[in-house]
Amino acid sequence: MSILINKDTKVITQGITGKTGQFHTEKCIEYANGRNCFVAGVNPKKAGEKIFDVPIYASVKEAKESTGATVSVIYVPPAGAAAAIWEACEADLDLAICITEGIPVRDMLVVRNRMKAKEAAGGKKTLLLGPNCPGLITPDEIKIGIMPGHIHRKGRIGIVSRSGTLTYEAVAQVTELGLGQSSAVGIGGDPINGLKHIDIMKAFNDDPDTDAVIMIGEIGGPDEAEAARWCKENMKKPIVGFIAGVTAPAGKRMGHAGALISGGADTADAKLAIMEECGFKITRDPSVMAKLLKAML
Amino acid sequence: MKIHEYQGKEILRKFGVATPRGTACFSVDDAVKAAQELGGNVWVVKAQIHAGGRGKGGGVKLARSLDEVRARASEILGMQLVTHQTGPGGQKVRRLLIEDGADIKKEYYAAALTDRATQKVALMASSEGGMDIEEVAHKTPEKIIKVFVDPLVGLTDEQAKQLAVGIGVPEASQAQAIDTFKKLYTCYMETDASLAEINPLILEGNGNIKALDAKFNFDSNALYRQPEIVGMRDLDEEDPDEIEASQFDLAYISLDGNIGCLVNGAGLAMATMDTIKLFGAEPANFLDVGGGATTEKVTEAFKIMLRNPKVKGILVNIFGGIMRCDTIATGVVAAAREVHLSVPLVVRMKGTNEDLGKKILADSGLPIIAADTMAEAATKIVAAVK
Repeated sequence: MSILINKDTKVITQGITGKTGQFHTEKCIEYANGRNCFVAGVNPKKAGEKIFDVPIYASVKEAKESTGATVSVIYVPPAGAAAAIWEACEADLDLAICITEGIPVRDMLVVRNRMKAKEAAGGKKTLLLGPNCPGLITPDEIKIGIMPGHIHRKGRIGIVSRSGTLTYEAVAQVTELGLGQSSAVGIGGDPINGLKHIDIMKAFNDDPDTDAVIMIGEIGGPDEAEAARWCKENMKKPIVGFIAGVTAPAGKRMGHAGALISGGADTADAKLAIMEECGFKITRDPSVMAKLLKAML
Repeated sequence: MKIHEYQGKEILRKFGVATPRGTACFSVDDAVKAAQELGGNVWVVKAQIHAGGRGKGGGVKLARSLDEVRARASEILGMQLVTHQTGPGGQKVRRLLIEDGADIKKEYYAAALTDRATQKVALMASSEGGMDIEEVAHKTPEKIIKVFVDPLVGLTDEQAKQLAVGIGVPEASQAQAIDTFKKLYTCYMETDASLAEINPLILEGNGNIKALDAKFNFDSNALYRQPEIVGMRDLDEEDPDEIEASQFDLAYISLDGNIGCLVNGAGLAMATMDTIKLFGAEPANFLDVGGGATTEKVTEAFKIMLRNPKVKGILVNIFGGIMRCDTIATGVVAAAREVHLSVPLVVRMKGTNEDLGKKILADSGLPIIAADTMAEAATKIVAAVK
């Protein structure tokens, strides 16, 4: 098992005909069971055509009805990305994964509140991963997103992070020690996003094939602290925690739109302290994340 | 992106929020002329820099005659204004705002910002205006009233009233306060702001509500659809190295240490800075070369890092995913040659085409120190600069 996706997941690619969408769709198709997983693309102007032998549909709804897909991945450029998320939600998909970086925060605020309003009115809940994230992978089964597939290895360690390359760093460490990943999830570096650390920790806790988790966070926002408090009461598996940005100055946006210290509670030190209090094995040396985890197994 | 107070007030006025009358000035003569045209017998001379804390730093002065306006403007214009936000070097004052003096009966605080936890817009107000709001939040959190606004609904009358009553606006002025909060919210949304703060928001002797200050931050992801805001950008207020880096699509931030670092990915870049500190030195910068680093980008990144005279060594940390290690290695070698690199360079590469990348570095004949892990890389660069 794994979390959120597996070898049988059927995926629609929104923005499949753009440069980024094409590049990564090809890599995803080449990875493990990708050929069978990536069943549809969306572009209203190219409906009826094919790309990498994947049929293109005019809308997400049509793609879903024709293929039975339940997940979409979004590479649509920033100005149209929030609308693409909403289209996935309106089509009642289970999960939309938004890779796009640079979406205006106001657009995300509006679409997140629309998604919540739909759910509150009794509509189907569509989960959102991202935006501004690398996606997620279940090694040897399926990869949805932009991470390099070859560094992964099937195993029983869950990994969750806001950052792309820092996720890869943890993945590579785990693989090098002869362990592997059940799933590795990038939740994205934006201030307004979908699934948060707490949601992924809950999923790993419930997954019988995950034995332990590496949780990586960074400065800015309350999410890591919220997840840590939940873990203290509920998590049955060992966790190694790392927070990037101990040396980051307050008030400066550190690359990610959401990596911005805005008060005393969202510094790296404050988050590390809460995580330690909540039973995480924390480290300030990102080189030893996997080593520490292995020692706890 | 930040703007000046006078620009913030222009925006507020456009959305119907009352402010004192005032004029932006670039010279002392202009300042005197502006005061003359405003009329009256008391004016405020205000330094326009992007940092907060201007009053305490001596950048805001009252003048009760035109001669005093001239004297105060001469003192402030051109000064290095030091506040808790500028750093010890201060910021040079290049613009002034000359404003009508206000009859302040009471100072409040009002702000709009995005709340990450609720994914709504938080409208905040306080009876403790004119003070550092962080301090108020810390010492007397009960004096801050907060409502969360659903962007699909907007700020409701009840919410706006809750703010006005909560901070103790007298009944006769409540309607004006409510109106001001609603306009502040509209302004926040329509300008794609990430912070819109009025501190203080004042009650005048005649019962009117006015914005005596204005501080805005804007979402840089949304600037493409806010040309008017972009037109207000003042490059004199920004770090020239950060501006140049942004032109090459590099995310760069100057720091105080002596080890430059070049990394792909924001999270990994912060983790690299932290590792440098953990092993006994301080990072000189944050630098994310992003996903599509070319030789040109890497060379530019080296140039920007090396322009900082404090840099005594450089650490390159690359996790090759889509970006291949050999591409970066070629870029690093070309950059090191072009800038005639004279400080120690440690390179740590991992991921796609790692071996090929390492071979390119080794074969270059340059004194590049290789490392396998981030800890090893940090240890080696710290040792090399000592």
